[in-house]
Formats: sequence, structure tokens, C-alpha cells
Amino acid sequence: MAATSPADRVRGFVYLAFCAAVFVFLLAPILVIVPLSFNAQPYFTFTEGMLRFDPDAYSLRWYRQIMADEAWTGGLANSLIIGGSATALATGLGTLAALGLASPAMPARRFVTGLLISPLVTPVIVSAAGMFFFYSRLGLTQTHVGLILAHAAMGTPFVVITVTATLSGFNPNLTRAAASMGAGPLRIFRQVQLPLIVPGVLSGALFAFATSFDEVVVVLFMAGVEQRTIPRQMWAGVREQISPAILAVATLLIVFAVSLLLTVAWLRQRSGRRTA
Amino acid sequence: MDGARASPGRRPKLLAALLVLPLLTFVVVTFIAPLATMLFRSVHDPVVADALPETLALLAEWDGESVPEEAVYGALARELVRAQRERTLGQIASRINRVEGGLRSVLTRSTRRLRDAEGGPWKGAMIGMDTAWAKPTTWHAIRSAGERFTARHYLNAIDLQRLPDGSVGPQPEERRIYVPLLGRTLLVSLGVTGLCLLLGYPVAHLIAHAPANRQNLLLMLVLVPFWTSLLVRTTSWIVLLQTQGVVNDALVFFGLFDDDGRLALVYNMIGTFVAMTHILLPFMVLPLYSVMRSIPRLHMSAAASLGAGRFQAFRRIYWPQTLPGVGAGSLLVFILAIGFYITPALVGGSSGQLIANMVAYHMQTSLNWGLAAALGVILLAGVLMLYWVYDRLVGVERMSLG
Repeated sequence: MAATSPADRVRGFVYLAFCAAVFVFLLAPILVIVPLSFNAQPYFTFTEGMLRFDPDAYSLRWYRQIMADEAWTGGLANSLIIGGSATALATGLGTLAALGLASPAMPARRFVTGLLISPLVTPVIVSAAGMFFFYSRLGLTQTHVGLILAHAAMGTPFVVITVTATLSGFNPNLTRAAASMGAGPLRIFRQVQLPLIVPGVLSGALFAFATSFDEVVVVLFMAGVEQRTIPRQMWAGVREQISPAILAVATLLIVFAVSLLLTVAWLRQRSGRRTA
Repeated sequence: MDGARASPGRRPKLLAALLVLPLLTFVVVTFIAPLATMLFRSVHDPVVADALPETLALLAEWDGESVPEEAVYGALARELVRAQRERTLGQIASRINRVEGGLRSVLTRSTRRLRDAEGGPWKGAMIGMDTAWAKPTTWHAIRSAGERFTARHYLNAIDLQRLPDGSVGPQPEERRIYVPLLGRTLLVSLGVTGLCLLLGYPVAHLIAHAPANRQNLLLMLVLVPFWTSLLVRTTSWIVLLQTQGVVNDALVFFGLFDDDGRLALVYNMIGTFVAMTHILLPFMVLPLYSVMRSIPRLHMSAAASLGAGRFQAFRRIYWPQTLPGVGAGSLLVFILAIGFYITPALVGGSSGQLIANMVAYHMQTSLNWGLAAALGVILLAGVLMLYWVYDRLVGVERMSLG
């Protein structure tokens, strides 16, 4: 690089300041919620005491409140049951399908991939409306089973995408070598393919779980009182009377998101290649 | 095994198909079938046809201009009373009312009196109850609502209606809401896409050309909001932007506005715009970043050594190479923006609602499911068309998942 002129330095400064401002825009809204959730007062803004870092201005009262509130603990249980079952279903089916799609012999691959990805590209409001019409006919609205099936369908594209991506970096000579040494297809899968795709499968599963854990529109249309999940409770809280207890839940969800993100990043590093 | 030996090419094909089959079946049953149900619902509505079969059969022979004959009134009177007994009158009345406003009360009031009436003649009696029964438009509305297969939800969704003479014409002025709303949705999506590009391009550039060890850290800063719950992000914007919120407090504190002059930043279009841009920005940064990362720094140095100024080098060397990322990111953000529901519903107030909110309104509040389905199908068709373009340009299976 040539010696920088003053004009270049100004330009560089403006560029960095702009980028910094965008990062603030991206992170500030999320970060502001965290300290506010420890507010001792029922306000949504920093009290004078908080700005002075007066320990009395901070408290865990909102955390205690949500721990004691049946609505939130029940919501967590529902979220875990629905999210967990949907993820198991999506991961199993999605991994099998990805193995098939990765085979060069797969017939009509483009069309089939399109169908399998469709839950991801359909606007959620459209999926939710269609599911409501169809599932209510089968008597599956206001049941856990209905929500599990719906969320599993919405989670499968993530598993298919991540596992296919892991497999696309897969060296087919490995299976040929295993076959030439007398391994059957099942043994090849278990001992050669599976260890290599595990990071992809786990990332896909985490994506599927995160999707279910954050999904509110289908729940809004299909769930009864018995199936209320955490996002459904948040929706009600934001819509009706927004209470600082919501900020405590939001903070916990942020912690959860960051741990998911770190896990996926770690898995990706392990698989040794970027999958997306 | 013998079969496999007979035709060596078939076994892997069959194996691949068998592996895909369970998921394919699952997705078809749990997802494609619901969409098909919605498509069917948008053109099929049997409620009125099932409840008033005799009336509709007689109306089929009506000339459409004169007042119908006694037999039609008699059939309708019988069928309305029966519908009330079977508790379907409300559904029928609201469907006919959607075709011609004001008929709901005419139908329910008349039915109440018909129930107590002692046999015919019905024509004079009904016209005596309400003059609406002497108007051909009333009978047109019943006939139109009685179509088992109908295009009226689609016409409705683009602010058109079937006129009494059978032709298609615009809705009355005060009922033309969907085309303007669709326009607003497209405009907001376009605006949000533009803003995301403006904010995302420099950031993606910064990350892509940072030293490797800092790249991951900067990327994390984009991925944290990407992974954070949509509801959490929307909630945080409410907290920040509301009248007694952090942003307004700061503006007042720094003396930019006085306490009475607090800005209305949320529950309106501004709220929708800001929150949507925030939520969609990572979808722009990630594809841009992955394209920019592959552009060698040498290109810019080469351009400079050939005498290009910074701007010229950027415009002629760098920018064209990032176009695939610009296209992928913009298309993705635009597609996602068109279908946004949660954020406008929570922070949009009444002026910041988009087309998806109308689908939800008709699903949950007005219970006009046919119209909700038609709007949903239109939204889905638009999105699928854009995805087709996206697939051509980028490949759906390479969609960035961060």
C-alpha cells in the first residue's frame, strides 16, 4: 500500500465509524435488555440508581417471579417437549433423506430437494394457515402431537441442508475402499459415513430445535391453553401488558441463543469445513 | 441380490430413493397437504350451497333482473328456518354479508320472524319485513355466496368483485384495501432490503478483509442477533423505542427534545421498519461476506498500480465481483420481508401492518377463511416465484445458515 494521505485517513475513519455504528445497531437492542432485566423497579428504562451502579437499584425480582409463575414454567415444559420431539423426528428423517440425496444415483433430485426445502421457504403465516385448516380436520389442533408434527416439518429442511453440505465434502473413495475390503452397506454407514456426518447432523438438529423453540405463529393458530409454549407466553406478554418479567425471559433466551451459536461454531470447526 | 446383478444400475437408485422416501412422505403429509387444503379452501366454500340447495336451484333459473317468484321466497324461508335450527344461520349470513354489506342483519331478523310465521304466501310477507327482499342485488348476493367453487376470494383479494351482470369490476372505494396493502408490503420490503444493503455492505467488507483471527470474532457479532429469538429482538425494540423507552430518554437527557416532545417511534411504520431491518440485516451480511472473502486483495492493488483511483478501483473491480452476493442477499432479505408477520403485529401499530397481518386477521378475527386462504396463496405464489429466481442465481440448498 502506498503511504496514506490525510484524505485516505479520513475516509478510513468514516468507514470504521460507520461499521462500528452498524455493530451497535445490531447488538445494542439485545444487550440493553440484559441489564434492564435486573431492574428493581417496574420500568423499562434505566433508573438513576442503575446509572449510578447503586446495588439496590438492581435485583433478581423478575427472575424470581418467572421461576414461580406456572405460566412460564409450564411454557418451558411444553417448549421442551414439543421442541425435543420435533427435533428427534426431523433429525432422523432428515439425515436419512440427506444420505439418499447425496447419492449420485438419486432420481429427480432437484424436484425432490425443492419439495423437502419447501417448509423453509414458505412464509410462516402461510404454513400456519394451511396447517390450521388441515390439522383441524384431523382433530390435531390443540394437541401436542399436532404441534410436534408441524414443527418437525418446519425443522427438516435445516437437517437436510446441513447434512447434505457435510456429505458434499465427503470423499466417495472412502466408501469404495471400505467396500473393496468387504464391508456391507450398513457397516460402511456406521463406521465410515456416520462419524464424518455427525457434526452436520448435530448442527441440523440444533437449527431444528431453535426453530421450534422460537416458533410462535403455528402455535398461535393451533395450540390450546394446554400447549402454550415460551414464545406463546412472550407473545401474550408483549401484546397485553408488557412486564419486566418478559425481559428476564428474554435475557435467558439470549443466553440460550449464544450457547447454541457457540455449539454450532464448535461443531463446524470439528467437521473441518464450513457447511453454509 | 440376484435382481441387483441382473440390472446393476438399479440398486443404488432404489437405495437412494428408499432413503429419501420416509421424509418425502412425511413432508407431503404434514406440510404439502396443508398447503393443498389451503389452496382448495380458497376456491371452495360449500356452506351456503349445502344449506340453501333448493333456493339456489330455483335461483339458477331466475332472469337476474326482476323480483324472483313466490317459489324462491318459499324455499328460502324454509331453508333459513332450518339453518337456524341447525345453527348454521350465522355462517350463512356472514358469507352473504361479505358479498353485499348489510345483509347479515336482514337475514337474521327476517329468519326470526319467519320462524313464527304461519305458512305462505312468503313473497309479500318477506318484502313486508324488509325491502331488501325486493331488491335483485340481495338475490345476486345469495346466488354468488352459494357458488360451491368460486373465484370471489381471489377477486376480493385484489379489490375486485363480480357485478350483478356477471362481469368483473372494482370494489366500492371504501372496500379497496388489499391492493394498497400489497403495495405497502412491497415498498416496505424494498426499503428494508435497500437499507440492509447500505448497512450490510461495509460491514461484510470489514469482516471479510479483517485478519483471520479477528474475522471469527466480528462474525460472532453478526451471528448473535441472527440466533437470538425473533420475539426477543422485537421486544427489545419496543423497550428501546417506546415513548418512555431508552432512546427517548436519551434524547430528552441530551436536550434534543423536551419531555413533551418525545417521539412516537414504535407502534407505527417506523417501528416496523427499524425492527425489520435489524432482524434481516444478518441475512444480507452473511452472503455478502462469503462472496467478498473469496475476492483476492491483489485485485485492488493491481488496479491501484495501474493508476485507478480508489473509487474507480472499487466501482470497476471490486463491486462487480460482489454482485452475486448482493443479488443473493437482497433477494433473500426481500423474500423474507414480504412474509413478515410477527414484527409488524407487535411493533407496527395500525399503520405498520403488512399483507401477512391481514392473513392472520382473517384467520383469527373476521373468520373469513376463504379470503385468508386466497391471500395466503397469492403470498405463497409470489414468494415461490422469487425463490425460483434465487435458486437459479444461488441454489436453494446453498442458502446461508450462518
